[in-house]
Amino acid sequence: MKICITSEGKTLDSKVDPRFGRCQYFIFFDMDAGSFEVQENTSAQFQGGAGIQSGQFVVSKGVQAVLTGNVGPNAHQVLSAAGISIMTGVSGTVKDVIAAYKKGELKAASGPSVGSHFGMPSKNK
Amino acid sequence: MIISVASGKGGTGKTTIAVNLALSLGSVQFLDCDVEEPNAQIFLKARITGDKKAFVLVPKVDEDKCIYCGQCREVCAYNAIAVLPGSGGAKGKILVFPYLCHGCGACSLFCPQGAIKEVHKEIGLIEVGDKDEIQFVHGRLNIGETMSPPLIRQVKEYINPTRTVIIDAPPGTSCPVITAVKGSDFCILVTEPTPFGLNDLILAVEVLKKIEIPFGVIINRADIGDHGVELYCQENNIPILMRIPFDREIAKLYSNGTPLIVKKPEYIAQFKDMFNLITKGLSA
Repeated sequence: MKICITSEGKTLDSKVDPRFGRCQYFIFFDMDAGSFEVQENTSAQFQGGAGIQSGQFVVSKGVQAVLTGNVGPNAHQVLSAAGISIMTGVSGTVKDVIAAYKKGELKAASGPSVGSHFGMPSKNK
Repeated sequence: MIISVASGKGGTGKTTIAVNLALSLGSVQFLDCDVEEPNAQIFLKARITGDKKAFVLVPKVDEDKCIYCGQCREVCAYNAIAVLPGSGGAKGKILVFPYLCHGCGACSLFCPQGAIKEVHKEIGLIEVGDKDEIQFVHGRLNIGETMSPPLIRQVKEYINPTRTVIIDAPPGTSCPVITAVKGSDFCILVTEPTPFGLNDLILAVEVLKKIEIPFGVIINRADIGDHGVELYCQENNIPILMRIPFDREIAKLYSNGTPLIVKKPEYIAQFKDMFNLITKGLSA
């Protein structure tokens, strides 16, 4: 099975990006093969609807779970419609959170963790 | 002639200027296009004679016809539709986000299955009325609605070309402001002599230059703060149309919903002079 981790960089040593829709990179980790693929998030700069586009992209990759810091309401709606479990409140390196996920230490969130436009640069930087 | 009253920064006195200019001139039409918080009526107290609900068009998907091809998502410039294709025999899903929709209709037009219909969604109310010789129109956006430009456009459909029209615009420099001031012959920018006032004035000036609307500045609370706004206007040849001092009495009238000129009629001449200055400047 495959999971998706939002990341600030391109390697497993990178930090988890606290935003879903506007994260810098998506890391798709294959739990069985132990291999991964990195994709830059082309939706990060959208004025609106970044979470919706990011959500559809992640769904198209056929993942079972998303590990990230926060998910907004629109992205949450898209990911849950596809039956993907969403683990929010995740931080540290990508490698560490994958390990935590394997051990079953992460819990799925039942709702969005932040409001709309949480990941907009002007709001948090 | 259409004169809009705008400002980059909020709370500088747009409504005070717009309302008192209208009352000073008399037989004008007044449009409150600050539909997110239309407060001119607090001062004008117009007699409301009619109203009309305002709608936008949003897509409604017939999932029996939808094949989850994603064409609608591709053409949507605002990411208002998500399509999740079905897999392994499972049916797909389509999600519509009405708050992101701008009502362009492309999704419905391009749907190869004819599965998308446009339906009306109520976003607010337009009220019309009068106050003595003044014709009054304002829009009120429903609470929770995020898209004000469609309502502003619908308020502006009431523009009476036989009258001088005063438009009270929303604050800022984004879509609602541009929608409100577009088509104006002149725009009055209200500001205050503070670093905040100057910063947002510069942004508003850049917007008006871009959309090619002539403008001038009113400095409100002109005797406090610093000289930044005066210097900026001087350096950039921007006419200062009026300076209104910081006056406790004006603040008091405002807080009671009383128009300035009712208790301070000496301002009537000032507003009339300014209007003449603007019309003369435009015909020159």
